[in-house]
Amino acid sequence: MSVLAFFAACVAGGVGAGLRVFADGLIRTFARTRLPTATILINLTGSVTLGLITGLADAHILSGVWRLILGGGLLGGYTTFSTASYETVRLLQQRQWLVGTTNAIGVLIIAVAGAASGYAIGLSL
Amino acid sequence: MEWLLNDRGQTLPVDSDMEVQDWSGVVSRPVHLRKRFLALVGLGGMAGTAAREGLTLCTPALNGLPVVTLVINVVGAFLLGLLLELLARGGADTGLRRTMRLLLGAGVLGGFTTYSSLATDTALLLHGGSALDALVYAFGTVILGAAASWGGVAVGTTTHRLRSGRRGR
Repeated sequence: MSVLAFFAACVAGGVGAGLRVFADGLIRTFARTRLPTATILINLTGSVTLGLITGLADAHILSGVWRLILGGGLLGGYTTFSTASYETVRLLQQRQWLVGTTNAIGVLIIAVAGAASGYAIGLSL
Repeated sequence: MEWLLNDRGQTLPVDSDMEVQDWSGVVSRPVHLRKRFLALVGLGGMAGTAAREGLTLCTPALNGLPVVTLVINVVGAFLLGLLLELLARGGADTGLRRTMRLLLGAGVLGGFTTYSSLATDTALLLHGGSALDALVYAFGTVILGAAASWGGVAVGTTTHRLRSGRRGR
């Protein structure tokens, strides 16, 4: 892997992070719920897309360099674990046990199912 | 298009529906619509991604488990809890505090940690027939991550209390 590809992945990560904050603000203006819908939607869409990209790479449709730039870079920067985890703790501290657990475990299960579906689609193309 | 000059010497579009950045300071546009703030997040996100990708590329998977991603996510969760708690106790989300939250929180730590890799690596473990590994990895990350966030918040609370105690003396 070249230095250029690594640098491109880092720039893509910056773009992904900016995209996350933009999407987060946009979703927050529409959805006012106890569950942190914005972070959930960002992480779910990112997980499905990374599954798809990984499937496409494993099917040799996408090169390893693009997998690094779009997967590790763009989607790695777009999705975030730290915020999701922080929001779970905030919910649990407010004694929102069901909402907090759903945010941690429920979202994880849906994200894994989404990534698996994306991967299967990518492989089959 | 016609442009006018306002009393601060800034150019204003004649079309009043067009958005003008930092025009009066009275009506401030939300963070996600301001290019300067998004650029700050992007800069932090680049640094966070560089650290994550650098570590990931240097560290091989341990018995097929992406342990480095787990460590990155747990460490990032701790640091975000600590950062947000310290910022919140320091005062309102404006000025330097907002800059730090966007650059270090949403940018560096948001880019450093990753949810998509957690989900996809778990799906790959399931796809490869390692259901137990998948369960341990996924639930382990989420449980350790929540504990780390909680720990970060707790350390932030204690640090702030010690600091303000010293100041009060």
